[in-house]
Amino acid sequence: MTAAKVIGRDGLDELLRHLAALGYRTLGPVARDGAITMAEVSSSADLPEGFHDRQAPGSYRLEPGQGQALFDWAVGPEPLKALVFPPRAVIWTAKPPSYHVQEVADDAPPVAVVGARPCDLAGLQVLGRSIGTGPVADPIFQHRRHQAFLVVVECTRPASTCFCVSMGTGPGATHGYDIRLTELLSDDGPPSYLALAGTPAGRRALGQLPGRPAQAADERARVERLAKAASRMGRSVDTTGLPELLARNLSNPRWDAVAERCLACGNCTAVCPTCFCANFQDTTGLDGTVRRERTWASCSDLAHSYIHGGPVRSSIKSRYRQWATHKFSWWWDQFGTSGCVGCGRCITWCPASIDITEEIAALRASDGAAPTEEEPEP
Amino acid sequence: MATLTEPSPAPAPTGPFTPATFRVAGREQEAPDVATLALEPTDGRSFAFHPGQFNMLTAFGVGEVPISISSRPGSRPLLHTIREVGPVTAALCRAPVGSLVGVRGPFGTDWGLDAFAHADVVVVAGGIGLAPLRGAVQVLLDRAGLPMGPRKVVVLVGARTPDQLIFRRDLDAWRAHAEVAVTVDMATSGWEGNVGVVTSLVGSAGFDAHRAMALVCGPEVMMRHTVQALIERGVLPTSIRLRVSLERNMQCGTGLCGHCQLGPFLLCRDGPVVTYPQASRLLAEAEL
Repeated sequence: MTAAKVIGRDGLDELLRHLAALGYRTLGPVARDGAITMAEVSSSADLPEGFHDRQAPGSYRLEPGQGQALFDWAVGPEPLKALVFPPRAVIWTAKPPSYHVQEVADDAPPVAVVGARPCDLAGLQVLGRSIGTGPVADPIFQHRRHQAFLVVVECTRPASTCFCVSMGTGPGATHGYDIRLTELLSDDGPPSYLALAGTPAGRRALGQLPGRPAQAADERARVERLAKAASRMGRSVDTTGLPELLARNLSNPRWDAVAERCLACGNCTAVCPTCFCANFQDTTGLDGTVRRERTWASCSDLAHSYIHGGPVRSSIKSRYRQWATHKFSWWWDQFGTSGCVGCGRCITWCPASIDITEEIAALRASDGAAPTEEEPEP
Repeated sequence: MATLTEPSPAPAPTGPFTPATFRVAGREQEAPDVATLALEPTDGRSFAFHPGQFNMLTAFGVGEVPISISSRPGSRPLLHTIREVGPVTAALCRAPVGSLVGVRGPFGTDWGLDAFAHADVVVVAGGIGLAPLRGAVQVLLDRAGLPMGPRKVVVLVGARTPDQLIFRRDLDAWRAHAEVAVTVDMATSGWEGNVGVVTSLVGSAGFDAHRAMALVCGPEVMMRHTVQALIERGVLPTSIRLRVSLERNMQCGTGLCGHCQLGPFLLCRDGPVVTYPQASRLLAEAEL
């Protein structure tokens, strides 16, 4: 193992200063508007000291707690997606009369996130496999992901909606970070942070920070905290044969039941760290200049499947089924990975309290239930 | 849509979402709501593709839609046959000669014609579904009689009404080297040909079912019934012999926008042409 280090809160302050000096826009979790949100941070004083979150299907409460822990909460509503896949981006413009298309360069400054969660790193990796690699990749994602600096803080207080253990993405982080931190609590003082670099850039940054070399006891404390977090995981998904299970249950009556509750609002896709659907739309200015914009889209939306004559997925049932089967089944066919990382946001932020883990368990329990429709054709 | 003043070459765009500017060099009304646009690149570039692939066409200021290429590879200009079904297709259909449109592509899978040596190739098209098959038929007829060419080409075409029938001149020209049969769902006065759905032509068409390869494009319900008729006729439903071209909402052409999902497929990337065994279960499921 490369040299792990134990830093204090002054180390976090120094890390933020160091990253800002390198030209990064430093982002981190802050308690704002009753939730943990990603915002500009310049020192550890900006971080949500003492806050806890309480999450349940359709419910999120941020509570000022006790103690000096900065990362004693699970996940806020925002994954890292918007940083690398902006909700709105102008792709090109074209001016009459020549209509020579001018690409709009992505000029977002490099971002450093201090306080990403392991499930969010996993989400970035899934996004990378979905839109960031291959013969044709999204240039905005590639540009922003390439220049991002990621400091993950391992998860030591999962929410009741979390199921990263069953998806294999947490509560610890194994890769995908520049620096990995684990918040180690102390009975009689401020927490300390076990820090490990994952990249050369991370090693350089870590080398700048005040601290002491890590000892075996620090690593033992980390492992204990992670084991405790894993045991407190509120939910789980049995992934055994799950892609096949869903693919053979397209006519399961359970989809009708969930459709009775689903509002097709698109919250689940907005908060999902891996949903990447996008619309492309043209607008024309008064001088005739055409702008093509890319905006987030949602398969919950009726217009998502529109072709001439109407939408392919006109029922809410078919749209929820598309979302769920894509995440847990077709994503494997398309990108060789699960589309779900177990962050639980779709459960928390669903206004109808729909719980994907419950739906999957119900589908499994009724595997092969008689289709309500006509026989499939040969 | 602006009229071209003078073509001034621009550097080739590189981003996956960036169209090249093409000039409308010709326009032909195929049916009351169908037009074929002949496009020439403003920078003189060549444009390589395979029959069955599609382009994303931009009507500047209106939007972008996926449109099959209806010309034959290697020929110029580049042809797209478009049916007016919404604002973008209407703007494209009515694009005056000399105006500019955006072109990105080619995208998607093609008909895979190289696998068709010695086969009896049965092409079945419904309505505008003939557009992505036009280049394929031309290539097959070019190859007919050559060592690696098809043994026979049969073209079965259905249209709702006689005036919806596109590529009439091509159909007449193909008769010299292919068996061509046409039917309409509803006859109007003066129509002396077949009446009925295109599947009704499958039974009497002159091909050897055991050496047949079929290419089918049209509305999904038409493709389902056509494939059923082909299988009943004895065409082997193996993975390579029955190919269909599928349609979904497409906004990027590159597998990045997520709209064209059909089960495991991103149809802009894994389709539009897929083999029927791949597609059959997916097409049997409503609203997938």
